[in-house]
Amino acid sequence: MKFIDEFRDRAAAGKLAAQIRATATRPWTIMEICGGQTHTIVKYGIEELLPAELTLVHGPGCPVCVTPLELIDQAIAIALRDDVIFTSFGDMLRVPGSTRDLLSVKAERGTVRLVYSPLDAVKIAQQRPDKRVVFFAVGFETTAPPNAMAVWEARRLGLTNFSILVSHVLVPPAMEVILSSPVNRVQGFLAAGHVCAVMGTGEYLPLAAKYRVPIVVTGFEPLDILTGLLMTIRQLEEGRHEVENEYARVVRPEGNLPARRLISQVFEPVDRKWRGIGTIPCSGYRLRDEFSAYDAEKIYEVGGISAQESPLCIAGQVLQGLKKPHECSAFGHPCTPEHPLGAPMVSSEGACAAYYHFGRFASVTPPGRRIDDDSDRHYVQP
Amino acid sequence: MTMPDTPVYDFSQGPSCPIPINEYPAVLMAHGGGGRLTQQLIERMFVPLFANEALAQLHDGAVVTIGGIRLAMSTDSYVVRPIVFPGGSIGELAVNGTVNDLAMCGARPLYLTSAFIIEEGLAMEELWQVVQAMQRAALASGVALVTGDTKVVDRGKGDKIFINTAGVGIVPPGVDIRPDRARPGDLVLVNGPIALHGMAIMSVREGLEFETEIRSDTAPLNGLVEAMIASCPDLHVLRDPTRGGVASALNEIARASGCGILLNEDAIPIPEDVRGACEILGLDPLYVANEGKLLALVPPSCADDVLAAMKNHPLGAGSVVIGKVVEEHGGFVVMKTSIGGNRVVDMLSGEQLPRIC
Repeated sequence: MKFIDEFRDRAAAGKLAAQIRATATRPWTIMEICGGQTHTIVKYGIEELLPAELTLVHGPGCPVCVTPLELIDQAIAIALRDDVIFTSFGDMLRVPGSTRDLLSVKAERGTVRLVYSPLDAVKIAQQRPDKRVVFFAVGFETTAPPNAMAVWEARRLGLTNFSILVSHVLVPPAMEVILSSPVNRVQGFLAAGHVCAVMGTGEYLPLAAKYRVPIVVTGFEPLDILTGLLMTIRQLEEGRHEVENEYARVVRPEGNLPARRLISQVFEPVDRKWRGIGTIPCSGYRLRDEFSAYDAEKIYEVGGISAQESPLCIAGQVLQGLKKPHECSAFGHPCTPEHPLGAPMVSSEGACAAYYHFGRFASVTPPGRRIDDDSDRHYVQP
Repeated sequence: MTMPDTPVYDFSQGPSCPIPINEYPAVLMAHGGGGRLTQQLIERMFVPLFANEALAQLHDGAVVTIGGIRLAMSTDSYVVRPIVFPGGSIGELAVNGTVNDLAMCGARPLYLTSAFIIEEGLAMEELWQVVQAMQRAALASGVALVTGDTKVVDRGKGDKIFINTAGVGIVPPGVDIRPDRARPGDLVLVNGPIALHGMAIMSVREGLEFETEIRSDTAPLNGLVEAMIASCPDLHVLRDPTRGGVASALNEIARASGCGILLNEDAIPIPEDVRGACEILGLDPLYVANEGKLLALVPPSCADDVLAAMKNHPLGAGSVVIGKVVEEHGGFVVMKTSIGGNRVVDMLSGEQLPRIC
């Protein structure tokens, strides 16, 4: 398949891996920001190709994982109303709230519908004037334009029965939290290609300069990841700290200008709580006041709902790259994709689920290094 | 045969629900998705209550011996939406699905029953098309539909039409095909490109349109199976990877046999348009349903003969070897990835697609 197969080529992957081995002269720790990249790394067994000295840590770039518990509870409170059709991307349905998830609301009440696009939710609102349709607007900069477009379109159509429950978060503030932590061990970043496709690469320049850290905008295919790693390691070995673009076939330095314009017309920056991490200043979006008629949090008055995380779950540390999923005492037991304690075990992009589905079985990985020296011990399910 | 991981329950106090109520107070779509939750439902709720030798096989159908004749039985319900899709309709599915379940036991399918649950208001013309499709499928597979039942439910209480079919067939002497017969060294064969049916359904669902039309692969596999058995009576395992796809079917075989299965990602035939659609929707074709495909686990000594027999059959022209059974990683399916790494191909936990078949 054009634009796919050439980035999954075995010979080219082997060549890149050899270049990485030849370039890296000492241990480096690199974080891939995006959950999609984590997924690729684990799905293709990329770490088997890498030298022992290289440590990959998995970043906070999974929208499902960082959406705070109380937002799930708020979503559930709205979905339980008889006059509402609650719409969401599939992955969000399985994220555990305090007492239940949206899937069980779907099973009990039939008021939850899975959509592939927020514009499908707008369509449902048009078709069902007897119901109030709410879309669960989660995600990073990548999903912000379609979510903004849904609100824009609802206003254009004069719909009064459509709103969105916003939980938008932004990548650069989260990177800053990781970099400014006294226990940070991340020395270089693979930035999330699709976020940069929207926002461009400009906002990473101050981060690279201030923290003297290489940032390479990277795509999502195996060869993208390997190339991004090679570019990052070259910078580290040469003592450079620049923003480079591995994903130039998609990402332009200025990003997607019409999309950025739409985002700023509909949303404005706000402090956001991140699941397992806490509140990060100016790390998300909320609807501008002129769109408050489309703001489900205000319409349904669910802003006051708060919640307490499971004490067993170390999702926050996993999302900041301080711990590996299998270092969690709950990994595999009792926390599984069927019974997730925390969100990273839910989403197909979540670091814990990726480890569980694709990396769990110890003896298929060659002896020697995988992630941490003793990682294999933890790999097999109890 | 003992079931791995099947809990033993004490029913002396009367049966209690073996799936703790706090886990799932209500049935989820995922309980019917063919993945791990379906498996839990079957193994914890159904199997312990009805425990018997034939059921314990957990095969697509059951084989019972009556008067020295081995009779294969199978039943399946069909609830697909939309009821007509590119490449077929619920009518073909209802016949082919049960015919294939019987064929996967090595049986020659003979007779079917059919029960219709029809929603009030279904256009007579639509029903006629479905019934005609069933007739064509029955003729093509050589089975006779010998009895049936018709129920109509209130509008809104069904989804146009639900069809259940049950079938019986005879297992020829000397044939012994079941999941726990997989042995290290066996080769894993598939009779052509995978994931067509599931993506055909997805592509016609609301809002998802692709440039090329992906057509369901629904087909009766009994003729192909007969040819395969003729070339190698000692076939070990057959399985049609319907709901849950190739990955789920192979996981079930790995679990039942205690062997490991090693797949070669590069060898698995997936058409370009299907791959493209899966990429767009974020789906893994290994978990997408098929309705005209079979997986065969064949001893290496006769693998060439079986492959040749398959390729000679119209429904097996695209047959290839996609992997092998190994002694290592017993109970797990592992795939050599296209870039040379390895990964576990796990059982699906929840539903990947809403209601396909």
